[in-house]
Amino acid sequence: MATRIHVQTTLNGEAVEFLCDSRQSLLEVLRDDLGFTGTKEGCSNGNCGACSLQVDGVLVDSCLVLAAEVDGQAVNTIEGLASPAQLHPLQQKFLEHAALQCGICTPGFIMAAKALLEKNPKPTEHEVRYWLAGNLCRCTGYDKIVRAVLDAAETMEASA
Amino acid sequence: MQTFDYVAAQTVDEAVSLLASKGDQARVLAGGTDLIVQLREGRRQLETVVDVKKIPEANVLSYDAQNGLHLGAAVPCHRIYNDPVISKTYPGLMDAFTLIGGIQIQGRASVGGNLCNSSPAADSTPTLIAHRTMCVIAGPSGQREVAAEQFCTAPGRNVLENGEFLLSLRVPAPPKNFGAHYLRFIPRNEMDIAVVGVGSSLVLGDDNSTVTDARISLGAVAPTPLLAVEAAAALVGKPISDDTIAAAASAAAGIARPIDDMRGTIQQRIHLTGVLTRRTLQGALSRARGES
Repeated sequence: MATRIHVQTTLNGEAVEFLCDSRQSLLEVLRDDLGFTGTKEGCSNGNCGACSLQVDGVLVDSCLVLAAEVDGQAVNTIEGLASPAQLHPLQQKFLEHAALQCGICTPGFIMAAKALLEKNPKPTEHEVRYWLAGNLCRCTGYDKIVRAVLDAAETMEASA
Repeated sequence: MQTFDYVAAQTVDEAVSLLASKGDQARVLAGGTDLIVQLREGRRQLETVVDVKKIPEANVLSYDAQNGLHLGAAVPCHRIYNDPVISKTYPGLMDAFTLIGGIQIQGRASVGGNLCNSSPAADSTPTLIAHRTMCVIAGPSGQREVAAEQFCTAPGRNVLENGEFLLSLRVPAPPKNFGAHYLRFIPRNEMDIAVVGVGSSLVLGDDNSTVTDARISLGAVAPTPLLAVEAAAALVGKPISDDTIAAAASAAAGIARPIDDMRGTIQQRIHLTGVLTRRTLQGALSRARGES
């Protein structure tokens, strides 16, 4: 039995430390040990994007990151998006456009879209569709998701 | 997932001695986008996973006109294509690095790992070969260099011996009038494994027409990525034309020895080899002439 690994990280801006097994993914530690269940498990092999989050600002599938790998790094999940008073514009626009049905893919889509808008605040529809190619949704047909992201981009741009 | 020891090696020597002592019970972790899936699915049983991302030499990303590109084997794709100088200098590499998986995979997956996974269909390998890339390997008796076209030896196998790991890649600076291009065929727009992939490069003489050097490399049509020597020979020393490009495409298709599988048939892959060789040469030509 491998020894437990001590990991120090920053989770949504707050210092967090935990012990994990080498074989635990970041996704598993977040959901099962830390109680951060906003990040969803889909395929667990890097195809569906449901577990998307940011590590040091980079969008990744958390099922393909070992928890031990994020020692010293900053992890940002869907739980860090809204303020107590207000949803993030992406969350608001996903609601307004009904860009979700079952909701399992939604945190991953929103985290992916957030990373896109940080890099490219005014994406074209084409750019949105390509950027979100690593996120699968089996309910909506994607169109409402793409519209929600484009609308959020406009809102964020206007208030920036 | 099975239990294993996770070690984040801090130095080349630490990684080498761990790998040497554990033999095939240890494996290097860079981005993890292949290895973690293999471990989770039980396709690989390991005692030790050696994370090389904290080793400075495996994280180097530098370019200068004298030495070309020095690319640490653990550097993820996104760092490379987000570097304005490197992405502008090597568009033929970026063709491949920007289409491996989706954005999430590119945030993690390294080009070195793509090479070490040694899939015949790896997107980065043909274009690395077309760019005359050298692989810097660290091991118990120091470092050695192997040309990218010599690296893979069979599906999932390569020249790395016990205790060795891929440390970095060296890509020469593009000479004057150089152009390169990579294309793959997949039956949809994104997020798939190459049915065939071709990387081509050309160097033109001062007349902007005579080919002074050419490299063509084929992916997914043999147990390893191939360097199509005869195809390049059909171009070198002659003015570039539709005829010489057609001769190169035909020579490339002639050495393809693909398999039938769920992605494509032998006949389709041989046909695609010719088509993609022609298109990548046209793309490389237009880049060599500064037209794109």
